Amino acid sequence: MSPRRKSRVIWSFVAIVIGLAFAAIGVLAIESPDLWLWLIVGTVFVITGVVGLLIGEAAPQVSMGSVVGAELIVLYTLTPVVYLVSLSLKGGNADVNQGGFLPHDPGFANYETVFQFELFQRALINSTGISIISTTISVVLATFAAYAVARLRFRGKKFVLSIALAIAMFPVVALVGPLFDMWRTLGIYDTWIGLIIPYLSFTLPMSIWVLSAFFREIPWEMEQAAQVDGATSWQAFRKVIVPLAAPGVFTAAIITFFFAWNDFVFGISLSSTTASIPVPASLAFFTGASQFDQPIAAIAAASVVVTVPIFVIVMLFQRKIVAGLTSGAVKG
Amino acid sequence: MASTTAAPGRRVKTRERTPEAAENRLAWKLAGPAVAVMLLVTAWPMLRALYLSLFSYRLTAPDDREWVGLTNYWVVLSDPLWWRAVFVAVFIMVVTVSVELVIGFGFAMVMNSILVARGLVRSSILVPYGIITVVSAYAWLYAFQPTTGFVNQWLHLDPSTTPFDNFWGSIMVICLAEIWKTTPFISLLLLAGLSQVPNDAVEAATVDGATWWQRLYKVILPSMRAAIMVAVLFRALDAYRIFDSPFIMTGFANGTAPPSGLVYNAMIQRVELGLGSAMSVLLFLSVLVVAFGLMKAFRVDLSQVRGE
Repeated sequence: MSPRRKSRVIWSFVAIVIGLAFAAIGVLAIESPDLWLWLIVGTVFVITGVVGLLIGEAAPQVSMGSVVGAELIVLYTLTPVVYLVSLSLKGGNADVNQGGFLPHDPGFANYETVFQFELFQRALINSTGISIISTTISVVLATFAAYAVARLRFRGKKFVLSIALAIAMFPVVALVGPLFDMWRTLGIYDTWIGLIIPYLSFTLPMSIWVLSAFFREIPWEMEQAAQVDGATSWQAFRKVIVPLAAPGVFTAAIITFFFAWNDFVFGISLSSTTASIPVPASLAFFTGASQFDQPIAAIAAASVVVTVPIFVIVMLFQRKIVAGLTSGAVKG
Repeated sequence: MASTTAAPGRRVKTRERTPEAAENRLAWKLAGPAVAVMLLVTAWPMLRALYLSLFSYRLTAPDDREWVGLTNYWVVLSDPLWWRAVFVAVFIMVVTVSVELVIGFGFAMVMNSILVARGLVRSSILVPYGIITVVSAYAWLYAFQPTTGFVNQWLHLDPSTTPFDNFWGSIMVICLAEIWKTTPFISLLLLAGLSQVPNDAVEAATVDGATWWQRLYKVILPSMRAAIMVAVLFRALDAYRIFDSPFIMTGFANGTAPPSGLVYNAMIQRVELGLGSAMSVLLFLSVLVVAFGLMKAFRVDLSQVRGE
């Protein structure tokens, strides 16, 4: 047997064993209705293994190890997300408190509750606005800086990159106290601008890194080549450089937006009312009818709502995000 | 890799009619605003923290503000609570980063060799990366709570037990949530590192009869050194600064407060600006120590990895 074939057979058996183990644990230990989840996952693995054994010959270039690995990755990444969705669909306290993974009495009541909640509506608006504005400012400033770093030769280039790196490692929580004090004096505590400014402290370094890595890959000579061919320098810049740079700028914007959308420390420290509270902070301040009653299912529903945009962006721009993350950090 | 991206600056230099001084000025005009903003939003508050840390100053009693010199630092450094927080952060850092390296490497290997459903796997890897940390913390908190969660039920644990009533249980769930959320980031960096492994070297080793382990240790891992280093450095510092997950899961109860939690409590909850500022400065210094220690351990200048 060739090593390739041998490894395919081994991995097919591994898949079958994993599948049977899931099914066995499900039947022996997991109560209904969650049993079905275990059986479904088990079946998927068993089918993978059987398919690998039977028709693996037809597609010899597909490695069974990576197929099994991919299934494990998807299981790993999606389990908590699926749980959150299922928690958000549970109807009533009895259903929430019965434990278990799947809802007994599914419905969309929690989503209605959440959207009627003023704090959450305002938080969505605040987060969207604040994240978009700080992303725009930081990407514009970072584009200039990254262009200089990637294309020009100047004293202090290393200083610019080192500052960006140092600030990327900075413990932002150390800033909240002084900012809290300063913002109250300046009268911008609990305002959009009061959050946008500190957000720049972590979005700018990120954008500069991602963009300077991208810009280094751009063949800048093409601009001159176009000029030689008779284009004006503005035409050359617009027709040649902008289309090459735009994807990098867009990627930097997505990653920066993730950072701003994710912020929690500044959100809970520098805002206090619906005037500026962002989504992550609002999630932490949800309370039910009484202060002691944490509306778990409603928080789950709200969490799902704020995760949907992330999901959509990831699905649409997966390739770009991966390129941006890795080139920003590893390209040498 | 440095050769493929060899400094574009050199090409610029040979271009005609560009006096160096003019280029220098232009560069600073372009980069200046970003640098100014970065310094303004970090250096300025940090200097202010340095100044405030020398006072006994509570926001609720601003008239009692009094110069106390280094007393605040002494108060913090002689408090076992601070050292416990440092221990918590270092513990979380060591556990999460080492587990993430192992799982992340496995993921990277899969993504590197997969041919079918590549986009699907990469998209699903990006979901934990993109999700809000607070949301991920809630998912894990509820999963492990005995009433709402499935973990107790699936494992048939006593319904009256919860990991959140003791230190180790809470830390374990916090670590799990962190690992789940940030492994994708590490795996993507390692994937980029894997793509830099010279294929012919691996094949040559195979031809010479090296086993899988030998190839991994002698060829693959050494050529991924830069990627591994960057991943460890970034993640370790991130883990040391941990705040969101313990805030949501335990509210810093059961001694699970990391230094950033103590800073937040002192500054925002108790508005002790003097003491809190001293903690901020100490947190900043300890991050520097961790960063410096890691760079020393790797014996690499990060700016060189960047090809500068």
